[in-house]
Amino acid sequence: MVLYSAIVLFVIIGLIVLWAVSAYNGLISLKIQVENAWHQIDVQLKRRHDLIPNLVNVVKEAMAFEKSTLQAVIEARAKAAGAQSVPEAAGAENMLTQALGKLFALVENYPDLKSNANLMQLHEELASTENRIGFARQFYNDVVAQYNTKQAVFPTVIIASLMGFTKADFFQTADAERHVPKVDFGGK
Amino acid sequence: MSVSISQDDIFSQQRHNKRITIVLMAVFFLFVLLVGISIDIYRYGSLEVLSFPVATLFSLGFASIQSFVSYYYGSSLVLRSLGAAQLDFQNITHKKLHNVVTEMALASGLPMPKIYILPDVSPNAFATGTDPANSVVGVTQGLLESLNRDELSAVVAHEMGHIKSRDILTMTIVTVLLGTVSLMSDWAIRSWRYGGIRTRKGGKSAVHPLILLVIGAFVLLSPIISRIMAMAVSRNREYQADALSAQFTRNPLALASALEKIHSVSLPLRSAARGTAHLFISDPLKRRLDDKEGIAAELLSTHPPIERRIERLKRMGYMYEKRTPDSAATI
Repeated sequence: MVLYSAIVLFVIIGLIVLWAVSAYNGLISLKIQVENAWHQIDVQLKRRHDLIPNLVNVVKEAMAFEKSTLQAVIEARAKAAGAQSVPEAAGAENMLTQALGKLFALVENYPDLKSNANLMQLHEELASTENRIGFARQFYNDVVAQYNTKQAVFPTVIIASLMGFTKADFFQTADAERHVPKVDFGGK
Repeated sequence: MSVSISQDDIFSQQRHNKRITIVLMAVFFLFVLLVGISIDIYRYGSLEVLSFPVATLFSLGFASIQSFVSYYYGSSLVLRSLGAAQLDFQNITHKKLHNVVTEMALASGLPMPKIYILPDVSPNAFATGTDPANSVVGVTQGLLESLNRDELSAVVAHEMGHIKSRDILTMTIVTVLLGTVSLMSDWAIRSWRYGGIRTRKGGKSAVHPLILLVIGAFVLLSPIISRIMAMAVSRNREYQADALSAQFTRNPLALASALEKIHSVSLPLRSAARGTAHLFISDPLKRRLDDKEGIAAELLSTHPPIERRIERLKRMGYMYEKRTPDSAATI
């Protein structure tokens, strides 16, 4: 009888350990996915930061009297490049997006600039980078939602709190950013 | 119908695809074995242990090589048969395509696929490969010229959907094995036609003619059966890839209008053959059957009716709009 109870006990403990290991592994793999997704955003943000000096060079002379707009772009870029945490980066990047939107809206007033081949190329690259940031952020937020949900639901919540998992931050979008003025240079 | 596809749905689809691929490989082996055996039977008039089963062994070797080829070289075979070319980075539209594919790779969380162009005016797109790390997305020149950026993104996202759910593995292997099956069946039929049906006189272990008849019918019908299989595998996938496209772009209406544009061009794709039709986003051969409903269409067409796909996408668009009033306009 004692033997049977011991066996049953061992089986139960074994099952619990197996479950704990798989729950832990699930959480870890999601955590790595969150980190990778953030890294993807980071790569694209850096790409945008690298493109902006080129943009400033191209428009600088033609838009000499739009100094404040240009200055806003340069400052927003500096701030975004120096951001340390996810919420801080999100805030700074949103400002940069707005400043860029304003700049491209103003370019509309300069026919010479609008047809500049360099600027058209830069515009395609910046527009694509803008989209990439958006999509990378969308994917990041989806993975973060999965990760946070898994930490919050029973029974995974036990492992998550025992092992000290913490919730990841969402990359928030400012409301204004959803209404970025669409810039069209006539090309597709 | 839910708006988004959960992670579990994708995982189960991936498992389903791996299972189907294994079943297809097994059916393929069985078929090749039967062809070999039946050739041997006709050659010797009976299945004697003493006579050396040349054709059987040859077919088995052939099947192994062919399966190996379909897994490791399937996508390059497909690309070659379609006449696909690499991107030209001097071309601004090709550069834009590269940007769009990069964006969709980010949206789907997949590695960057290789990109190919089909020099054809008929707008269409396809995906091939074995797994996300070895995947290919191809579009025709006509697609690049007729779609705007949002529509192009939606079509590329549809292809990324096929990659994410591992549809590409099944579809690519089906393509190569399908080609092999019709080749083998031709070979068997020819060898009978010229060899005639010989039954050894006085052979004690002569095979019952009925069995020969069954094997013969199987070999004759196999190209049709395998084609029906390929189509059955392919139709449901299109709906699923459409839903994944909507999830990646959050813009199902762009895919709806892209499908409308693709459908409105009645020019068939020149390089696409019946063996590769199921790889494309919309039937490249522009067969009438695809627009019909009913059993014949269910069995024989590779793609669901475009109107039904568009209708589903529009319903999704409505749902997205209801949930988040301005998310459809972000891209």
